[in-house]
Amino acid sequence: MKENWLYDFSSLTATIESWLGSTFSPFWALVWEMTIIGLVFLIFYALTGLILVYAERRICAFMQNRLGPNRVGPWGIFQTIADFIKLLMKELVKIKEADKFLFNLAPFIVIIASFMAIAAIPFAKGLQAIDFNIGIFYVMAVSAMGVVGILLAGWSSNNKYSLIGAIRSGAQIVSYELSVGLALMSVVIFSGTLQFSEIVNSQADAWWIFKGHIPAIIAFVIFLIAATAETNRGPFDLAEAESELTAGYHTEYSGIKFAFFFLAEYMNMFIVASIAVTVFLGGWMPLHFWGFESFNHIMDFIPPVIWYLGKTAVVIFIMMWFKWTFPRLRIDQLLTLEWKYLLPINLVNTVVIAFLTMMKWHF
Amino acid sequence: MKGVIKYITEIYRGVITLIKGMSVTGKYFVTSSRTIVTQKYPENRKDLQMFDRFKGEVIMTHNDKNEHSCTGCGICEMNCPNGSIEIITRTEEKDGKKKKVIDKHIYHLSMCTFCALCVKTCPSNALAFGQNFEHAVFDRKQLTKVLNKPGSVLTKEISE
Repeated sequence: MKENWLYDFSSLTATIESWLGSTFSPFWALVWEMTIIGLVFLIFYALTGLILVYAERRICAFMQNRLGPNRVGPWGIFQTIADFIKLLMKELVKIKEADKFLFNLAPFIVIIASFMAIAAIPFAKGLQAIDFNIGIFYVMAVSAMGVVGILLAGWSSNNKYSLIGAIRSGAQIVSYELSVGLALMSVVIFSGTLQFSEIVNSQADAWWIFKGHIPAIIAFVIFLIAATAETNRGPFDLAEAESELTAGYHTEYSGIKFAFFFLAEYMNMFIVASIAVTVFLGGWMPLHFWGFESFNHIMDFIPPVIWYLGKTAVVIFIMMWFKWTFPRLRIDQLLTLEWKYLLPINLVNTVVIAFLTMMKWHF
Repeated sequence: MKGVIKYITEIYRGVITLIKGMSVTGKYFVTSSRTIVTQKYPENRKDLQMFDRFKGEVIMTHNDKNEHSCTGCGICEMNCPNGSIEIITRTEEKDGKKKKVIDKHIYHLSMCTFCALCVKTCPSNALAFGQNFEHAVFDRKQLTKVLNKPGSVLTKEISE
């Protein structure tokens, strides 16, 4: 069973790599490798974006007693594809007084930030583009780059709403980055490493959310809240706040450039969910309990990729759930929540976790 | 110390209310097959039931003896803010008494905003709202309707 490529991708990727190495010179082998990985991620990116937009529209519709898209294809599954084609066809409106270079650059920065973060995420055993020994640090650094794109978009649009949205987004991300970092730090303390593959391996017996007692659960909840704020999603979507700022930082964007922002938002949600899964919910590790040997064996039969995608889907569903439940916060409430509640709780939580780890009280 | 207790109870209450809110939407999501209110219109056209308060068009209610209760007083015409109602009356002689009766109650659907002032102010409750909403026609003239059916008369109770 363990020989199957579905359960362990490292042999498959090693085969491809050795074939490329024997066929081309080292330089061209590297170029081909990067091209293949880039293409795979590009396709994955587009597919995930389309599926997530459809899922979000359907889920929010059900929560509001509506039907959602149901006309294009069976159950409306081709609705997002139709929307995407429409966006491709649309005119790219040129803003007269805009800073043209920065205006065109901004959507690419936003999308590159989320594209780079996805590289470090372990989808299954051996299915990881690049396994840094400082993986968590890398993902945090790269995903924080997205705010530069948002700030540029707001500034270069030469529009007061865009600028207000961008500034809000800046304040929001600077504040909530602290909580995200500290919440992730809890598991770093538990597992003693920043490398994603090592963190996943440390959860082979049980996930950190179970092993780490209540502090791990608190850290997980704080991570979810802060990460939602970082991705500019509701109820923290002040950066685009439709009712106050028309569309915030992407008011002036149209066509495919707007689609980039839109896609990046959904991909950021996916990345945040997959980090939460990798760090707290065992990544691609199946659900194991101590002392239930037969149960654990049944769980082993499900391929890791399915485990990974399933858990990510659950976390994404929770994020959509509270987006469509809670009203948008005011900017002062947003900062109060971070600086007066999440951060102090998080700091105390981190100390408790350090103490637990020192006394070896966790499992 | 008091401040710490207040801080913790605030967090506790906040979490409880958030969970309450999420349970509401979660319940709707789980039971969505029963609670969805959206109509799939062209497919269910045959058995579509509009709700009671739906304002499709202004109609004049007639009973089975082809009698309506419109006295032709003209209050609806006066109250209509955009002149979609025109009332044409004629005088009838009955037992040597001259009496005003309705000849045509003309209703311009194309100008109506469904404000319901005519229905509300009708002293004899002759007008009501119909449930029909498929008003699309190829000729504008078809939107001008005569509400009293041909040959209909005033009900006995009101005329005496």
